[in-house]
Amino acid sequence: MGEMEKRSTKLKKKAHYARQLKRAAHLLFYRRHKKPGVKGWELRRRLGADYPKVLNLLDDHLEQLDLQVKTIFEEEKPAEKPTSEQLDKARFYITLRGGLTPKETKMMGWRIDDIAGLATAISYVISKKGRAPREEVEDLLRLKLPGWRVDINMNRYVRSGYLAEDENKQLYLDWRTRAEIDQKTLVDLLLSTDSLRKEDSNYKEEHLK
Amino acid sequence: MSSKKQRKKIGSEHLQRIIDLCKSIEDKGLDPFLVDVDDIIEVVREYFPEWELPEELCLDAETIHGLASVIKLQSDWVKHRSTSLYTDPFLLEEKIRKLSKVELANLFLHVWHPIIEFEQISPHSLAEAIRYWQSLLPLDERWLKTASQKIETGTVTREELIKQRILAEKTFSKDLEALWDELRQKVGEKEKILYWDFVGANTYDETIKRAYLTSFLVTYGYATLEVNPLEEEIFVKPYEKPVSMLGKRQVISIPVSVSNEEWVKWKRGQQN
Repeated sequence: MGEMEKRSTKLKKKAHYARQLKRAAHLLFYRRHKKPGVKGWELRRRLGADYPKVLNLLDDHLEQLDLQVKTIFEEEKPAEKPTSEQLDKARFYITLRGGLTPKETKMMGWRIDDIAGLATAISYVISKKGRAPREEVEDLLRLKLPGWRVDINMNRYVRSGYLAEDENKQLYLDWRTRAEIDQKTLVDLLLSTDSLRKEDSNYKEEHLK
Repeated sequence: MSSKKQRKKIGSEHLQRIIDLCKSIEDKGLDPFLVDVDDIIEVVREYFPEWELPEELCLDAETIHGLASVIKLQSDWVKHRSTSLYTDPFLLEEKIRKLSKVELANLFLHVWHPIIEFEQISPHSLAEAIRYWQSLLPLDERWLKTASQKIETGTVTREELIKQRILAEKTFSKDLEALWDELRQKVGEKEKILYWDFVGANTYDETIKRAYLTSFLVTYGYATLEVNPLEEEIFVKPYEKPVSMLGKRQVISIPVSVSNEEWVKWKRGQQN
């Protein structure tokens, strides 16, 4: 009898988490606000107090599809296990787990110029402690892109939420950069470009096919 | 006397230049270490005994404020240098210059994990939209209905509500705070919520209590009402901090009918 009860409880628990998983996937995949992503407190309200566990389960499921549940904390990522308050204030997104191939970016509507420009703008702002004058970034972009594209691209980066601009024409990293880009690795990769060049020597040929 | 005036003039010009320098460093993102803090403090100290008038003292305070901002920028700079993200901007710029467009893009693809999101309308929301559209009366009918509606309005005092046990005297401000918190939670990032969706409760009595408290939230500047006359919709928008409207703009009263019929209608809508 005890064994039966245990099994029944286990099944109930399993069914509960299966339901919560679906609900979490719906909440995270469908955009509900102006910006994508869902705040921790919203998830707590809809999924219950153990929503971090549900998100971990969802993350495991998504791994097979090369997707992940990404947590962006309001302030810097806590060094230790985040508190429930920090989690409630954090924003959760579904992002790609791995990288993209150049062909895939074309399907997403990003030209090679656009991506190179975005990489340049973001890494320059990072190097300037997270704030740089738009004019300086545009000058740098003009080295790689035709002049008429620079302003269009910069506006696109700002509109998409990668960069923010204040009234003094200063650029900052915006919410999408924090959610989508591994800033530290970007800087590391840029600084080790000589070794990277060797690794990717066949990239150019592949891309130009 | 004239030499004192002359000295004051020079001093205020000096302080103004310092303020401008601090401002340009802050606004244009220039190197904050261009400012020699010790030197500036020396200048401020030198002229401080001269100041007598309020505007002169304000100039002195503004200089100190500008200097404090620059010191904060210097402190941020030191903090950033000590983080793992710090890299020499010139070195990084050089690397960016050397790389081709293709190399830069390829490198970026290693670290770029775009957000996955759907913006399509779901079958559920489509069905809801159709239901709404079907139940929506033509505008001329709605206006007619509004025009023919005559509701006698009256006033109710807080004391009367306390007598009727709708409100408890001691917990009024606490109730107000709690309702404000609830409003902010319910609204989340949407900025506003339909009036009835907020005040509506399981019982009519509770609804009246919430409507009454909501009117105080608006009057005391914790929230505001947004009225959409064409759609006959009223939204409640919470403020992050209480805002005093006195003397800032013309304050108007908005009568909102919270009749039993309205409540029943809302309740039915909720159940459907």
